[in-house]
Amino acid sequence: MSRVKTLQVLFKRYRRPGDIVFAWTMLIISLFLLWQLTEQTAWKPRAKLFAQPRFWPGVSLAFMVVFAAFHLIGSMLSERIEGRWREVGLWASSLEYAGWFIGYAAVVPIVGYLPSTMIFAVALALRAGYRSRVALGSAVVGAVVIVLLFKTFLQVKLPSGRIYEALPDGLRQIMLTYF
Amino acid sequence: MENLIAGAEMLARWDVIIALLVGSIGGVIIGAIPGVGPAVAIAILLPATFSLDPIVGLTVLLGIYGSSMYGGAIPAVLINTPGTAVNALTSYDGYPMTQRGEAHRAVSLAYSASFWGGIFGIGCLIALSPVLAMIAPMFGSREIFLAALLGIVLVILAHRGQIFAAGALAMFGIFLQTVGLDAVTYTQRYTFGYSFLSSGINLIVVVLGLFALSQAFFLLTAPDSSPDAKPVTGKMTAGIRELLRHKRVATVAAGFGVILGMIPGTGEFTAQFMSYTYAQKTSKTPELFGKGSPEGLIASEAANNAVPAAAMIPLLALGIPGEALTAMMLSVFYVHNVIPGPQLFQNNIDLVYGLYFALIALNVIVMVFLLFSTNLLTRIIRVPTRFLGVMILILSFVGVYSLRNSLTDCMIAAGFGVLGLVLKRLNLPIVPIILGMVLGGIMEVKLRSALPRLKTPFDMIDRPIAFVLFALILLVLALHIRTLVKELRAHRLDEDHDIHDTQTR
Repeated sequence: MSRVKTLQVLFKRYRRPGDIVFAWTMLIISLFLLWQLTEQTAWKPRAKLFAQPRFWPGVSLAFMVVFAAFHLIGSMLSERIEGRWREVGLWASSLEYAGWFIGYAAVVPIVGYLPSTMIFAVALALRAGYRSRVALGSAVVGAVVIVLLFKTFLQVKLPSGRIYEALPDGLRQIMLTYF
Repeated sequence: MENLIAGAEMLARWDVIIALLVGSIGGVIIGAIPGVGPAVAIAILLPATFSLDPIVGLTVLLGIYGSSMYGGAIPAVLINTPGTAVNALTSYDGYPMTQRGEAHRAVSLAYSASFWGGIFGIGCLIALSPVLAMIAPMFGSREIFLAALLGIVLVILAHRGQIFAAGALAMFGIFLQTVGLDAVTYTQRYTFGYSFLSSGINLIVVVLGLFALSQAFFLLTAPDSSPDAKPVTGKMTAGIRELLRHKRVATVAAGFGVILGMIPGTGEFTAQFMSYTYAQKTSKTPELFGKGSPEGLIASEAANNAVPAAAMIPLLALGIPGEALTAMMLSVFYVHNVIPGPQLFQNNIDLVYGLYFALIALNVIVMVFLLFSTNLLTRIIRVPTRFLGVMILILSFVGVYSLRNSLTDCMIAAGFGVLGLVLKRLNLPIVPIILGMVLGGIMEVKLRSALPRLKTPFDMIDRPIAFVLFALILLVLALHIRTLVKELRAHRLDEDHDIHDTQTR
């Protein structure tokens, strides 16, 4: 019995709520990927083992399964911490911001970098709970500074907005090149 | 000598000087704002630096890396919140000093110790250069493979208390870099029939997701807060004189920083803890540690600032990054077709010296800047955290989208952003994924190119350096098991700690 106890101590570790959910997810994903090994990688008949395209995915996934399994054991043997599902809820709430990010990326080629960045900065500041003029004004200023820095000065490769095409001649060229 | 002059000449260009100023001052500001660290900034700026000259791009990134810890000491001392997580120990002694009304003493001591550590680290780098230039060519494919393997082992074992998670994440990183079309056999690996996966998963996209986007999500999903630091009054040069009374602690701490900075996977944290413990053990007033001891503050700051220069050693000499920030810098080298490693010292030694000089210059610039502008920085750090989240999200877009204007990349980055958020919330490390990707790629390439010369597996270690590296791997594993057994016998468990946070910011 005491031996079992010591083994438990070995696996117990400091953790936070939600750890076991992550541990299960990691194990399931790594098992799924390992199961797909023969399907998703090729085996070259005359090549050496170490040069096989299957070698590194196989080795890394096998070890990942082992590590993930031990991580899960550790999590199961440790005391349960309250607030597991509240924590998972918080992880899920970050998906909203991931959506904002993808939405922003989808809008830029249509509306143009400068207008979409300004709109997005203000909208997200409102979403984050800011209502004061100072905060919203700072969001606009921040957006303009970012555009000026990256697009105007550093000429980072970003697409021009399709709506810029509708602008009058002189202005269109400037907007297409710098904003 | 000519190389030294050529290196110095590299810095005497207006674009390099601007890069130095932007990198070093920008780094201090980024470091000083709690909630955004050098990893976020470097990840965002990385694609923008691809279009610049290698020396210009690297100078900006090095500037941010080398100076962020200076800035990070300010909130650590003034409001007990480390600006970058590697300043954690600085707050142990810095904050009690502030409470006693000695904020200016603590801040100036932190700057002076940082400067001492920074310059010591660069000194070691320069002194070691001839040795590196001599040893580096002895590293063939086998040696580099073994060194990368040692790096993976160390990065896993360095995460004490979370080794299984770190191991699984490092393996996940190695797996990620195999996805796509295999360059040698032209076969698909884990593409699931999707064409966008054929070109593989881009390291920069992963880095931006895991470091930058995750930080934005982290800040946006947490309650808003605004750090409030009081202005500092008093003579800022006081710390320099006081530091000179603790030269021994500062030098030994910087020494720890250099040694641990060179070893992949260990870095600032371990260096800080070891030097802090050393300082306490050898101090005449050990009871003051944690209550405002100048020696504790010096030990912590000198150690973490010696790391950036030392971390450049394995990167420049072998092309092996030891932690996330140098892993990101490695991609700048690759983009410009400058391959760090043995050839760098033969073909581009001027670039190497240029980087050394840039490191020295940035330490001087930062020191001068901080002596005059600490109070300005205390105002800047009041940015509310959610607002910061909004800005990071907007900036991350520039990083991801400018790579190849791909919406798919943005989706992948967003996915990794969510993964990064989960890891941060669980206090699990992110760095193993990045190092797994970079070192995994190196291991695969090097093992393949070593194969034709191997008749038996023992040929892998039949050269002196390869043998030493292999012995080191075994030694590290054996030592780890020994410590585990010892701890188990003593029934002593790791306490709750936030150590790994550092590497996630």
